[in-house]
Amino acid sequence: MTGFLTLLHKELARFGKVSLQTVLAPIIATLLYLLIFFQVLEKHIEVYPDISYILFLIPGLVMMSILQNAFANASSSLIQSKISGNIVFILVSPLSYREIFFAYVLASVIRGFLVGLGVYLVALLFFSVPVSLPLWALLFAIIGSALLGALGVIAGIWAEKIDQLAAFQNFIILPLTLLSGVFYPLHSLPLIWRQLSHFNPFFYMIDGFRYGFFGVSDVSPYISLIIVSSCFLVVSSLAIQLLRNGYKLRH
Amino acid sequence: MIPAIEIKHVSKHFGTVRALTDVNLEIYKGEFFALLGPNGAGKTTLISIIAGLSIASKGSISVMGHDVITQYRDARRMLGVVPQELVFDPFFTVREALVIQSGYYGVKNNDRWIDEIINNLDLADKANTNMRALSGGMKRRVLVAQALVHKPPVIILDEPTAGVDVALRQTLWRFIKQLNQDGHTIILTTHYLEEAEALCNRVAMLKQGRIVALDSIKNLIGRILNHSLRLRLSSSQLPAALTKQLISKIGDYHVLKIDDYFQVESVLAVLRKANIQVLEMQLLQPDLEDVFVNMMNNHETESK
Ligand SMILES: Nc1ncnc2c1ncn2[C@@H]1O[C@H](COP(=O)(O)OP(=O)(O)OP(=O)(O)O)[C@@H](O)[C@H]1O
Ligand SMILES: [Mg+2]
Repeated sequence: MTGFLTLLHKELARFGKVSLQTVLAPIIATLLYLLIFFQVLEKHIEVYPDISYILFLIPGLVMMSILQNAFANASSSLIQSKISGNIVFILVSPLSYREIFFAYVLASVIRGFLVGLGVYLVALLFFSVPVSLPLWALLFAIIGSALLGALGVIAGIWAEKIDQLAAFQNFIILPLTLLSGVFYPLHSLPLIWRQLSHFNPFFYMIDGFRYGFFGVSDVSPYISLIIVSSCFLVVSSLAIQLLRNGYKLRH
Repeated sequence: MIPAIEIKHVSKHFGTVRALTDVNLEIYKGEFFALLGPNGAGKTTLISIIAGLSIASKGSISVMGHDVITQYRDARRMLGVVPQELVFDPFFTVREALVIQSGYYGVKNNDRWIDEIINNLDLADKANTNMRALSGGMKRRVLVAQALVHKPPVIILDEPTAGVDVALRQTLWRFIKQLNQDGHTIILTTHYLEEAEALCNRVAMLKQGRIVALDSIKNLIGRILNHSLRLRLSSSQLPAALTKQLISKIGDYHVLKIDDYFQVESVLAVLRKANIQVLEMQLLQPDLEDVFVNMMNNHETESK
């Protein structure tokens, strides 16, 4: 347990020491989204009855920032360690593959939470955004950020250069988040896009998280929960398998 | 008795590059062992496989009886490795790096031992400096320190004295010798052969991924029978009878190959007959460097 806790602590210290970039900057970026989309889309999008667009938008943005930062944490930490070579300190140690995996994932979850919480708290200064089912919201935040942390581990292991990581982020993570219904409700889309969205795991994370706020969602939260959890299981087994085989880490 | 390190039929290739070919080696507990070989011989590759940083294409390795693949956690606990590359984590100070490294090995409250390492490696006044701000030699010291935090019974140092000043070499070797006397097994690679000769009892020489010599330093040197004789003579012209023994001529000095001490007598006799006086004479003992050069050359001709 000491090994796992040490690696977790190291990972927290790593982003903690540069919290300006790792926590504060993403909070501000998300608030800018909030400002812009609120101004532009407020009058054009019809969400749920009794729920204003801004109330709809805020949980989406909170979840988006949680997910993106969870991904960024594991992936950038790993690639930096690989490029600078200090990953050897972990690779020569007796840390088990699971310990390594869960330390990176948990640190990612915590960073995602800090950013998400920051966005939510600042939003509260301007709008009243009640959380009607906090346990549901929490559950989706945890599983969703763990899933993105696990994806970050895979991306960090796979990428050899920073620009490969950026490609992973720009061509996979970003489109999936943007097309997940953060900025619009699914039922406002044309049928074909609506159907396509059902293949996007990010949609279920956002939808489920939002359910925790309003008790209303596009699909049943139980279905979302099952889908998101299954994705986490699949992705984390893959990540642990890569760590065990030493894929791109042990030559 | 279980050897500290047991290497069985290890081969490693990177694509078409054969880095190691059927390496077999046992290093016993308590040894001070040197792994020698020219650049690219495969030393770092072998060390990486022992440490789990690389995976052998064939063969198996165990550390203190623990297989490095199937019992990797036990094997790694037994091992401290100082990597050849100067790597460091720029987020932390020297002391933080050492505390973190201890934690990876499950060692808590390690301050006393960390202080001892820091003092022994002359790092005390840098203990709270960020890794980024250290000079190359200082970073090397921290790498050594990081390998020792968990008091590993087997310590491998991959060129620990590359780019390091005399003072550190001395402090480093004093500390490592002390650890060896306390029972730790030490394995090192170095291109400074006099260093290996002074410290180690056994050496393995690697060439193009194969072990070409494995013995105690005494035996290896003893095997080289041809000593040499360095002479300054009253004439710059060597008698014809001696030219086939000439190894080199540097300035006024002739270096002659002799197979044994009796030959000194015959060399002198030839000179006397030619009426050449000996102004200076020195008998050169072979050293590890001669063995090294010998091994590397011999095997070159063999493989051709
Ligand atoms: N990751 C790698 N990919 C491809 N080839 C490699 C890799 N690592 C080592 N090699 C090759 O394997 C061979 C052995 O290299 P190695 O680093 O083990 O040599 P060495 O004995 O440590 O040399 P040096 O004294 O220069 O440190 C070399 O031909 C090297 O180019
Ligand atoms: Mg090397």
